[in-house]
Amino acid sequence: MKVALFIPCYIDQFYPQVGQATLELLTKLGCEVDFPLHQTCCGQPMANSGFAAASKDCDKNFVRNFTGYDYIVGPSGSCVLHVKEHLKDDKHPDETIHIRRHIYELTEFITDVLKKEVTHAVFPHKVGLHNSCHGQRGLGLSSMTERVLPAFSKPEQLLSKVKGIQLLKPVRNDECCGFGGTFSVFEEAVSVKMGKDRIKQHEANDVEYITGVDVSCLMHLEGILKRQGSKVKTIHIAEILNTEA
Amino acid sequence: MKDHATLAEEFIKDEARTNWHDETLWFVRQKRDKAAHGLPEWEQLREWASQIKNHTLSNMDRYLEEFEKNALANGIRVHWAATAEEHNRIIHDIIKKNGITRIVKSKSMLTEECHLNHYLEEQGVEVVDTDLGERIVQFRHEPPSHIVLPAIHLKKQDVSDTFHKHLHTEKGNNDPTYLTRAARVHLREKFIASELAITGVNFAVAETGGFVVCTNEGNADMGTHAANVHIACMGFEKLIPKASHLSVFLRLLARSATGQPVTTYSSHFHKPKPGQEMHIVIVDNGRSNILGKPDFRNALKCIRCAACFNTCPVYRRSGGFSYHTAVAGPIGSILNPNFDPKKYSDLPFASSLCGSCSNVCPVKIDIHDQLWKWRQALTKAGYVPLMKKIMMKGMAFVLGRPALYRFSGASARWVLRYMPFMVKFKINPWYKQREMPAPPKQSFREWYIQNKKK
Amino acid sequence: MVYSKQKEMSSRDKIFSAIRKNKPEPVPFAEPDASVVISYPDLFEQFKTVLTAIGGSCIEVSSAAEANKLIAELEKGAYVIDTTADYPENLASLSPGLLASVDTAIIRGLTAVAENGSIWVTEKEMVNRLLPFIAQQLILVIHEKDIVPTMHQAYEKITINETGFGVFIAGPSKTADIEQSLVIGAHGPCGMRAVVIKN
Repeated sequence: MKVALFIPCYIDQFYPQVGQATLELLTKLGCEVDFPLHQTCCGQPMANSGFAAASKDCDKNFVRNFTGYDYIVGPSGSCVLHVKEHLKDDKHPDETIHIRRHIYELTEFITDVLKKEVTHAVFPHKVGLHNSCHGQRGLGLSSMTERVLPAFSKPEQLLSKVKGIQLLKPVRNDECCGFGGTFSVFEEAVSVKMGKDRIKQHEANDVEYITGVDVSCLMHLEGILKRQGSKVKTIHIAEILNTEA
Repeated sequence: MKDHATLAEEFIKDEARTNWHDETLWFVRQKRDKAAHGLPEWEQLREWASQIKNHTLSNMDRYLEEFEKNALANGIRVHWAATAEEHNRIIHDIIKKNGITRIVKSKSMLTEECHLNHYLEEQGVEVVDTDLGERIVQFRHEPPSHIVLPAIHLKKQDVSDTFHKHLHTEKGNNDPTYLTRAARVHLREKFIASELAITGVNFAVAETGGFVVCTNEGNADMGTHAANVHIACMGFEKLIPKASHLSVFLRLLARSATGQPVTTYSSHFHKPKPGQEMHIVIVDNGRSNILGKPDFRNALKCIRCAACFNTCPVYRRSGGFSYHTAVAGPIGSILNPNFDPKKYSDLPFASSLCGSCSNVCPVKIDIHDQLWKWRQALTKAGYVPLMKKIMMKGMAFVLGRPALYRFSGASARWVLRYMPFMVKFKINPWYKQREMPAPPKQSFREWYIQNKKK
Repeated sequence: MVYSKQKEMSSRDKIFSAIRKNKPEPVPFAEPDASVVISYPDLFEQFKTVLTAIGGSCIEVSSAAEANKLIAELEKGAYVIDTTADYPENLASLSPGLLASVDTAIIRGLTAVAENGSIWVTEKEMVNRLLPFIAQQLILVIHEKDIVPTMHQAYEKITINETGFGVFIAGPSKTADIEQSLVIGAHGPCGMRAVVIKN
């Protein structure tokens, strides 16, 4: 199968190590991965701010870059969800539909399409698991505390096989971290308060790392942690799963 | 007028109080979870409720006709108000006609929406809100901050001070039982002397021409059964087809609102008592307009349980007053822009789009999807600050063009590395309370080309 | 001179016209099915547990006579209005001012609901609509056989418009409006007891 790697814009620019880990991990799991060189941004920051109509160029560029693949995989729940729900290119409707139906976030791609476990990873640390909202509620990466449905979690499923890891959950298991895209800037006070509260809950578990499927959440939490001078670090799930003995 | 972001920032300045507000409401959300998880059929109940409401909206005229016919046959006088102003006038006319100057009122968000109290007081009518939370905020000349827990923003010390001032309770005695007993005595006088009582309507039943009012305190009943005139106010969307459907809604309402299996009183009114006048005022006030919007009509399914308030991480940390409207929270953010898009254009943005609200909604309103759709609609209509428009259009331009995107990204990283002071200033909203991400030397693409591309 | 008089649309007409214009295409719905909802192995035990949890209390007796005897004992000295026995002829028209001094009201309940500890009472049983709310204490007398599992079965049993007023009463009145502290006894009765005549 031909797999295209979708690296969200802020990962490309500020967290390339997450992209590297994703590429290496998928390769280790037996995928032949291509990275379309002219990809830019999925358009989510503008769309979530009310400017979906303005993201036409992003949409067109996305379709151009990701046409012709069996699957598109990206290390981001929110970007993948946005593409799945809102990608639009009237000039290429079939290609658009195919992309929307075959784009996956990394962990769900491993559990649902590759149907594999990651057995080589080693990460002997106390790690707090952050449930990123769009991945959880939007993509269904895990069950959620509001609903009366059987419990499951694809990220946890993969992380539980990592040797030495101590996975700890905050007392409010799936409360939002407060990033929310441009919300983080236009409602800065609430955004940061939400992030601070989230960190406090993880710190109560005495974690060394906070992980999740969305770098946006982690970037927001990391910003606060660094400002607080905290020793807690953030790390994307791809980086943990890509470790080796 | 200050927008949500500004009001929220002011609220959060008192961090200890924000934490208390947040934890108190989270506790209510947890009680709701416990109640929901106690019923294996919970998700099925939500589906039934959602379908009944969808069906009713699509047959609203037929059910309203059926309701009116049956209500009239029961001896209830039915009034129709196209606007808030008409609703207020109709009620005042009834009061005037009966020569009454003092009335009691139990909780009705519709009357808040129509600013009924203010209207009546200007006409010289004394209005006593009898729900304890509402009486407290009435004394304080504040609006309710939560549609189910009106005084949730107040600590018992605040209530004690207010009651000391208005009811002459002991100064500094903030024992909730003591204060509640004082309110009981005070309001009992009002109930006994009650000549006219106004209530809301939780559910109106087309099949029987009656309506249901739910309270824990018993204040709706204490007012109406003592009075010679009972006026019930409802938005037309409160209608449901059959009596048997009440089972679904009554099982969902209190569990969603407070985690109780049911409110203490679920009062079913069908006929006035002998010698009593019973009126119902059915209100439109923009609802028929919402009914015509496929993207937004689902909001009319709302049963005003406030589960969405309690789960919303933004509401809990900004408080009801930050929404500058009668019905705040997530549901308020999708209802109010219908009434006044300009005034409420900030509300759909007062959200991180986490989606928790849609999950707790007992009637499955797609709240978070509507928040997103409102953002598009308000932006299209031009209700967006100019700075934001420029910024977003600029971003869209850059991010849609590969070469320009790469150039901007590289520049941003360069600036962060060599001229951080350009970005690291306190006016930069990100930088106010967060560090910027560390700027790597290479983007992922650059690394890929160097190391992986064959 | 010819003039046409514009007939002004009533508000009712305006509202109906707008609704007819704006309503979506009709959608069907599935009728709720009581057979898939929760059931309890012992309806009385569930009822008692819930009622106690919500601040009420529950007493079992083996007959109506025993119920009367028990109540007489409990309410010695109190100003009682018992609508299950002899009560004032003019009760229906007694003013709120007079009713305000009632200590205890005793009223027959028709149906009780195990899932939420509530009891359905109509104006026929209560005689005066204000009575069950204005009394300081409320006693509702029910038969164990009239306890149903959930509201679904309750609405199958009762006819809500059989009389002009009916109410599900679940325990004593209460409020948590002051800093979320639960206070039993708001504006309705401060205490509520269910006397259950066992099968």
